[in-house]
Amino acid sequence: MKAKIISKYFLPAVASIAIFFFMGCERDIAELETATYSANPDVFIDGFSGGLEYAAFGGSVPTAFNVDNETTYNNSAASMRIEVPDAGDPNGAYAGGVYFTSSPRDLSGFTALSFWAKASKAATIDLVGFGNDLGESRYQATISGVNVNTNWKKYIIPIPDPSKLTAERGMFFYSEGPEDGKGYTFWIDELKWENLGTIAHPKFAILNGEDLSETSFSGVTRQIDGLQSIFNMPTGLNQAVNITSAYTEFSSSDPSVASVDETGNVSVMAEGTAVITATIGGVEADGSLTVNSRGDFQHAPTPTHAPEDVISIYTEAYPNIQVNYYNGYWEPWQTTLSEDFEVDGDFILNYTNFNFVGIEFSDPTVNATQMTHFHINIYLPNPVPAGARFQIELVDFGADGVFGGTDNSSHRLTFTPPTLVSQQWITLEIPLASFTGLASRAHLGQIIFEGTSITNFYADNIYFFK
Amino acid sequence: MNSIDKINKRIGALAAFVLFFSFTGCNPDDSQKLEERNWQLVWSDDFDGEAGTLPDNTKWTFDIGTGDGGWGNAELQYYTNRPQNASMDGEGNLVITALSESFSGSQFTSARIKTQGLFEQQYGRFEARMITPYGPGLWPAFWMLGSNIETVNWPQCGEIDIMELRGQEPHVIHGTIHGPGYSGGNPITKSYGLINDRFDTDYRIFAVEWDEDKIDFFVDDFLYQRIERDDVPGEWVYDQPFFLLLNVAVGGNYVGFPTLETPFPQTMVIDYVRVYQEAN
Repeated sequence: MKAKIISKYFLPAVASIAIFFFMGCERDIAELETATYSANPDVFIDGFSGGLEYAAFGGSVPTAFNVDNETTYNNSAASMRIEVPDAGDPNGAYAGGVYFTSSPRDLSGFTALSFWAKASKAATIDLVGFGNDLGESRYQATISGVNVNTNWKKYIIPIPDPSKLTAERGMFFYSEGPEDGKGYTFWIDELKWENLGTIAHPKFAILNGEDLSETSFSGVTRQIDGLQSIFNMPTGLNQAVNITSAYTEFSSSDPSVASVDETGNVSVMAEGTAVITATIGGVEADGSLTVNSRGDFQHAPTPTHAPEDVISIYTEAYPNIQVNYYNGYWEPWQTTLSEDFEVDGDFILNYTNFNFVGIEFSDPTVNATQMTHFHINIYLPNPVPAGARFQIELVDFGADGVFGGTDNSSHRLTFTPPTLVSQQWITLEIPLASFTGLASRAHLGQIIFEGTSITNFYADNIYFFK
Repeated sequence: MNSIDKINKRIGALAAFVLFFSFTGCNPDDSQKLEERNWQLVWSDDFDGEAGTLPDNTKWTFDIGTGDGGWGNAELQYYTNRPQNASMDGEGNLVITALSESFSGSQFTSARIKTQGLFEQQYGRFEARMITPYGPGLWPAFWMLGSNIETVNWPQCGEIDIMELRGQEPHVIHGTIHGPGYSGGNPITKSYGLINDRFDTDYRIFAVEWDEDKIDFFVDDFLYQRIERDDVPGEWVYDQPFFLLLNVAVGGNYVGFPTLETPFPQTMVIDYVRVYQEAN
């Protein structure tokens, strides 16, 4: 009851301010900037603004967008009508398209793209944004999960760093599929760039805001991901904006140890420690990557068996069979994560936070009856304490070819120091006859690793041979 | 600051007022001609203590707990005197922090400090330079109560709200007085809205200048409201000393509830509080 009264009170005040914002105090951007390109703020007001074009996304209903002269915001002349198809529509699975200009615009004097929207029913639009120019889409920014209903409401997409948008062609794009299989219609109007002083408190993050520390080697490359940006909107609520790495200025505390390019790709160059951080629009992002480089990577020995004598699970030396996964993330007890890396074309499995992990190749299973040995190289980057244990288990799925059927069999072998040594490749060539619990090796489906006091290991060259 | 029963009566006045002052306020070249005053500083706190220290206990005292019915307004926070809710930042500010945490049966904690029993004054200029918190359900305030509240109770003691803000409108502040016959949801109040800006992004100075005839309300030395004796529908109860209060409430009748998306923690950053008397 009281909440309702308060909301009545809230609305007239906001409306009044909006009126005077337009009449009295809007900064005229065109007068302040001497732009190389047009700084026209209008995208779609009562029709296409100068130079604006539309293209539907592939696979979408090509006719989903139309100009509507009946349902418009504030009884204006026209709005943009988007008809989202029903599931199974032969014309396309969703509605989606790009509004772009033939010549770029200078949008660096604005802080946001805004529009009014309503829908034929309450719905959640998958994605709206700008910066899609049907090409590189370098400065793409989107908001996802946009709730619309049957009332006109204003929506704002903050620009992560306006200084980047000096020559932008991607004015707006959207993508929306059926809601619970049902199509509906939404309208967008008064689509324009604005300089809003009412967007505040930008917060950015790389690596989802985490401070990560990773062991690495010269030649390893790694992508910085987990970009986040959050703005506080005029309502006092936060809005997450999905951004591309082009908005981000990455830097390395020691580029001679690890360099980072403008896309966030880190290249480890030499032994030492370097910290990768980032800023967006001059604001320092949360999260960092500390690269602890051990210098030159010691590659595992190159396999020497004849290709016809090998069934390869994970090598560069032989064609690998079809593998379902190299980490099954088996819930709920597995803690093991994968931070696989590549050094000069050598791909390495890197299992971190290791307790156990499984590789599965059940589709089809492997007939290793002609093979005599199992081969694997492992590398333990951390010191190996007394009592450390590394176990390898082979699982045969039996004649039914499925895990958990009636005829599974398996056997587990355990390795301990001094076989286990730190910081050098360990070559294990294990006679398959040692896996005495295997009733058969005609339908092998899994390799499972389990460890005690081993938190991290690399693996390479996993194969059966004769 | 007390429970609102008839807020709808305020609607017309507020809307009209925001219109007027939004318009006049947006041109920084506008100037106002006000009477010359000769203010002399008589009491101040610049909050220059070391980071983590509590407010000076010779100047400020804490209200603790949830008061009577959420301090009369169904507010949700538990007020503490812990440094995590009110302390110096070491850079010359007092920071009052509202936290989302379970504490003694409340969902939020915050702080409310006051000069009751330590400092009170009748008439003068009362100002604070501060940055507000933001977010739906946040309710910061810089305000005063009549020192005779213990004997005559509220609203007979009088209340002068120098600055209040609803976190869902971070661009609008409200200046208000409550007295007998015009309190709760029916006070004398006006609002001041910023054009294309917000009160939570930079320091602003909020002040009242109060004498025996009137109370003037200022934001950054812009007079946006003058309340004179004749404007009050009941008794004028502003001829006696008042004490100062600073607080950040969460929820309550005035502001509504915070939402799940309201960002926490929230801070009110106060650079200084200064009180002046007019020299003769």
